[in-house]
Amino acid sequence: MDLEVLVALPIIIPLLLGALSLTVLSNHSAQRWLGAIGTALLLICSVWLLLHTREVGIQVLEVGSWPAPFGIVLVSDMLGAIMVVLASITGFATALYSLKTVRKRFERFGYYPLLHLLLAGVNGAFLTGDIFNLYVWFEVLLVASFALLILGGERAQMEGAIKYVTLNLLSSALFLTAIGLTYGLVGTLNMADIAVKMASLEDQKMVTVIASLFLIAFAIKAAAFPLFFWLPASYHTPQVAVSAIFAGLLTKVGVYALYRVFTLIFTADTGFTHEILLWIAIFTMLTGVLGAAAQFEVRRILSFHIISQIGYMILGLALFTPLALIGGVFYIMHHIIVKANLFLVAGLMYRLGGSFELKKLGGLYRNHPGLAVLFLIPALSLAGVPPLSGFFAKFILIKAGVEAGAWWAVGIALLVGLLTLFSMIKIWNEAFWKASPEPNPAVPAPTRNALLYWTIGLLAAMTVCIGLFAQPIYQMAEMAAAQLLNPAGYIEAVLGGTTP
Amino acid sequence: MTTLMAILIGTFYAAAIYMMLRRSVVKLVIGLILLSNAANLLIFTVAGMDRGIPPLIPKGELLIEGPAADPLAQAVILTSIVIGFGVLAFAVVLIHRACEVVQTDDMNEMKGTD
Repeated sequence: MDLEVLVALPIIIPLLLGALSLTVLSNHSAQRWLGAIGTALLLICSVWLLLHTREVGIQVLEVGSWPAPFGIVLVSDMLGAIMVVLASITGFATALYSLKTVRKRFERFGYYPLLHLLLAGVNGAFLTGDIFNLYVWFEVLLVASFALLILGGERAQMEGAIKYVTLNLLSSALFLTAIGLTYGLVGTLNMADIAVKMASLEDQKMVTVIASLFLIAFAIKAAAFPLFFWLPASYHTPQVAVSAIFAGLLTKVGVYALYRVFTLIFTADTGFTHEILLWIAIFTMLTGVLGAAAQFEVRRILSFHIISQIGYMILGLALFTPLALIGGVFYIMHHIIVKANLFLVAGLMYRLGGSFELKKLGGLYRNHPGLAVLFLIPALSLAGVPPLSGFFAKFILIKAGVEAGAWWAVGIALLVGLLTLFSMIKIWNEAFWKASPEPNPAVPAPTRNALLYWTIGLLAAMTVCIGLFAQPIYQMAEMAAAQLLNPAGYIEAVLGGTTP
Repeated sequence: MTTLMAILIGTFYAAAIYMMLRRSVVKLVIGLILLSNAANLLIFTVAGMDRGIPPLIPKGELLIEGPAADPLAQAVILTSIVIGFGVLAFAVVLIHRACEVVQTDDMNEMKGTD
């Protein structure tokens, strides 16, 4: 059986589901079933793709059977396949969580079709092998995220959305500019072909200029220092399920794009570009965690922590050693699950405690000890406490930093880990440990939260498993890093033996 | 011609950034429109400004003879015009709703979430 078509399934399934959901827009239960079962199906296909890619090697699908440098190719290497699995996990968890939290009003506005469209855009970006196609997928996921962000139409959402939309469109325009200049320089849009032709250019100055443009465009999307201001202004405003999927996936698409272009295409002048990346990583880690320390709203604290964690991922790319790339990929795997889970926990804290403000929360440990445990697992993992997933992710990166002699980066990474722990303990103390500020307000007995607990528990279990069974995860990260460091394999898989 | 286009594109980018830095949200959207047009013109220019050499393959042949215009750049521009149009339509509706909800068009007044 020809399994090439497997590469396209993670894009086709959500697109079909989105279209199907649109046709049953007024039938709420049909939409929910499509959401839950459809994303489960997507998850199964993604895992299948990952296993297949691990067994057989890089998978390439030439769309419409146009041969490689001319048509659009979909490529599933280890990094892409891992990202698709993570996106599907987040999508599945969000769809489950949405069953009980998203109001019918939003469902009528097309919440589920937008969710599927977002997943299609994210998976498309992870799998495409064509730089302009990457731009198109970015726009697909952006448009879906715009609409999801303002679902509800409150004042804060509008204010946040204007900043989010503006900066993301600016970044898209820069991305398009960079694509235009690339095309003018090498006359191709296929990423593997670009890599071959750029390397053979005599004058590398223009290549560095284009690399900088790509760097700025993707750094805005990844919310790296100093271009992150749209993120804390907007991520805490939408529905919790939406926040969770944004926090888990959207910035990571930017990180993925950085990993892709700076390991495949722009590797000639690493002394310049990766030095900049290193300093971006250091400042991103630091500003993110310091911003979080000043906040007292759960979702805002978590938003700032997204930024600081992005710094760790970029650090892995910036050091550009085999171990550092393993650490970076491992970090992405750990982070997406943990961060989406923390936002879901915050949503449950709101349902049970009645607020997102730390000052108004309290007594959650006494009243809901189960939630307290489920908060501690991702929170401690985020801070890097062994034996959870975050410990190994941080450990690999810091070991890579020590080996590379990047002492500043190592020191800041350790300090930021400590400050992250401080932030998580702040939430723990205020929301869970301290007595409830109002003596048992007449909270309408929260009912039917079992599904939400199950969703959070599922993600928490994954976090624990990544920590306890780190070896197979590490091996996958190792394979991904090996493929990233050896772009010749990617290029050969895409262009085949017919390289001109 | 290419030099003229380069100057024009530079002006577009500069005007776009200038407009985006203004406080009014309407000017912000105008800036976004200029920006996407600037990027499209840039692709148009870098792909080569050829005239009168359509990339058509003669009947019975498999390859084009002689020089031909690059059709891919036009496909790319067409795609990005369509995308830009859709996104801008959303942006216009967004600022309309935002002005209704926030009761102002001044970006400095929209600091509630920072």
